[in-house]
Amino acid sequence: MKLFLKVWKQEGPEDEGHFESHVLDGVSEDSSFLEMLDQLNEQLLGEGKEPIAFDHDCREGICGTCSLNINGYAHGLENSTTTCQLHMRKFEDGDSITVEPFRAKAFPVVKDLVVNRSAFDKIIQAGGFITVRTGSAPDGNAMPVPKENADLAMDAAQCIGCGACVASCKNASAMLFTSAKAGHLNMLPQGQAEKDSRVLNMVAAMDEAGFGNCRNYGECSAACPKDISLDYIAKLNRDYAKAKIKKVFS
Amino acid sequence: MNQSSLLKKYLMALTGIVLVGFVLVHMAGNLQVLIGREAINAYAYALQNLPAPILWGSRLFLLVCVLVHAVTAYQLIKENRMARPRANEIEVTKRAGWASLRMGLTGSLMLAFIVFHLLHFTIRAIFPEYNDMKTTVGSPDGSEIHDVYSMILAGFQVDAISIFYVICMFLLCRHLAHGVSSMFQTLGFRSERWRGKLDLAASAYGWIIFAGFSIIPVLVIAQKYGLVNCLETCGSSCSVNL
Repeated sequence: MKLFLKVWKQEGPEDEGHFESHVLDGVSEDSSFLEMLDQLNEQLLGEGKEPIAFDHDCREGICGTCSLNINGYAHGLENSTTTCQLHMRKFEDGDSITVEPFRAKAFPVVKDLVVNRSAFDKIIQAGGFITVRTGSAPDGNAMPVPKENADLAMDAAQCIGCGACVASCKNASAMLFTSAKAGHLNMLPQGQAEKDSRVLNMVAAMDEAGFGNCRNYGECSAACPKDISLDYIAKLNRDYAKAKIKKVFS
Repeated sequence: MNQSSLLKKYLMALTGIVLVGFVLVHMAGNLQVLIGREAINAYAYALQNLPAPILWGSRLFLLVCVLVHAVTAYQLIKENRMARPRANEIEVTKRAGWASLRMGLTGSLMLAFIVFHLLHFTIRAIFPEYNDMKTTVGSPDGSEIHDVYSMILAGFQVDAISIFYVICMFLLCRHLAHGVSSMFQTLGFRSERWRGKLDLAASAYGWIIFAGFSIIPVLVIAQKYGLVNCLETCGSSCSVNL
């Protein structure tokens, strides 16, 4: 395959950034998108140029490290797929591909295609946990969890925190991520004790990070590699209202 | 005002519910034009002569809802624009529809429409001669009352005004198509199982509102060009120069 690539280049957070065009020949259709970028970087190194920086880690779709906006789509056009699991057979020989970083004020560009997603960590630190002593594993049957709740909590826990929801949202809102992380714990008995403070604090951290507001478009869920449903956003809206009312009248 | 993003969204949804309800009641009231001069005149007279606290209390409440809805929308949109300082090189949309993506546009136009509509038919500042339209038809005690029926017929005799109203009602229809469904999501009363049904219901609601409001200017214009003959004539008070 021969590809015409237009890739974002940015020296650092303060740099304006610009697109650079590259022609890459001999790409196997069996290679993944990231392997194609590896090949491009080898070519750039051979030409004595600086390779393009991009985030990657497990390359099996479970760590949430890879990102990239590919032809306008977070993680590319394929549904339920991370960039590392996107294969070049989904493209045609001679295609033009535009690759840019996930764009959001809360995700500043570190270099080229690498963005700083620490804002997600701040949201987790604000309430995405349960306060218990760790170390000794409790007995598996000590705390019964209804099967339905366990399944719903697992669906939410699938979120790998990649940020595709923010990148695909027209308003760079982090509601899908925040709602999945809060919803996961709010649906389990272990999460009940801190349920109200969790939603209040996580939403406050989300707002403070500079994410936009949810406008119920559903673009986030459509782009999510783990198919997190909008139900969790509705649940967060519900839980937040309850927590806020309780706080006002307490 | 630096309140939580979710509180702002609740404000949008709650004021939205009030306005969604208001347009339905307003539309039902308007449809009395189809019953005849007496029905709409009597209805308008009864509304205008509600006890002052109820009449002005309702008007103030609706005004506050419109203002809160508009100001909050402005704040949200401003924040949303700040949240992505540099736009994507390629902007694509997977799921959101035309109406959802243009709530700010249709909402701003609705605000302009409300101002025009109030000046046109409520305050009657655009055509002050509407104030001279008097009749005893529909009056509870036989005294002269405002002839709302003639005013509506006269108002929609102007092609441009009727077309403008119908276009604005179409924009309202699309605004409702996203808004009515979205407010359930914002208040937490929506699930994926219900999403399709709610979207459909919201769209249907928008079209009902569109049809209910548009039928009157459409009939007036159709009658003007001799296509139908279902409305009463304007009567002598309609002879104001337009």
